[in-house]
Amino acid sequence: MPVPPNHVLVFSLLLFAVGVLGVLTRRNAIVILMSIELMMNAANINFIMFSQRLHDLAGQVFSVFTIAVAAGEVAVGLAIVLALFRNRDTVYVDEVHIMKG
Amino acid sequence: MEAPAAIFYILASIALLSAVMVIWSRNVVHSAIYLVLTFLCVAAVYVLLRAEFVAAVQVLVYAGGIVVLFLFVIMLVNLQDTLGPRVRLHATVSGVVGAAVVGLILYVYSRGPLATERLLSVPPADAAGNLQAIGQALYRDFVLPFEIASILLLVAMIGAIVLARQKY
Repeated sequence: MPVPPNHVLVFSLLLFAVGVLGVLTRRNAIVILMSIELMMNAANINFIMFSQRLHDLAGQVFSVFTIAVAAGEVAVGLAIVLALFRNRDTVYVDEVHIMKG
Repeated sequence: MEAPAAIFYILASIALLSAVMVIWSRNVVHSAIYLVLTFLCVAAVYVLLRAEFVAAVQVLVYAGGIVVLFLFVIMLVNLQDTLGPRVRLHATVSGVVGAAVVGLILYVYSRGPLATERLLSVPPADAAGNLQAIGQALYRDFVLPFEIASILLLVAMIGAIVLARQKY
């Protein structure tokens, strides 16, 4: 029946590392936002795992809050991507090196 | 190996493979679809860890809302010039950094008390899952963070509208 907690931790660690790699290697701002979502999911897995392990519901409640924060972050981030595309005609982050509009 | 552990390994490998495909595929729409697959597998892992409410929220908010928002923006920005290459110059450095993150956290795990192979103890199951307990915790102990989260969402919504408006 049980899943070893170490393996859940390693799973979330690998998911987080994939997110880090996505943020570091991709130029497309939309894919970078997706990678940030992957990292937040990895943190959520840790919350759930420790909530289960310590018999405390606070971890699950916190993961609900994390999901709410992720939703707001994606909304604002994608709005920034849209504004960037309107003003600079690009979504590549390495082509945006001057902040002054 | 008993059944839920095997199911966990299958789900975890599918989630990891599709997460790799999110950052590997050239087409951004494919990335969004693989992102849905990752979120659904993670939600299934939540169910395995007996967090049914969070799994439902994950499917509704992530797979239902956030990915639709991603697809919407992908359609709004022009797709044919988003098929560009990855950053080749920094690929080695990024690989080193990612491997360093994995190694660092694995080192911390190996030092900590979690390295002992204790198993997850499953709480007594009730028929309705943990929905009632979550609701009581959310509205009794965490009612102030709950309201703050709603204000945060309102601010994010207004900010997104202001940022994405045509003319400032």
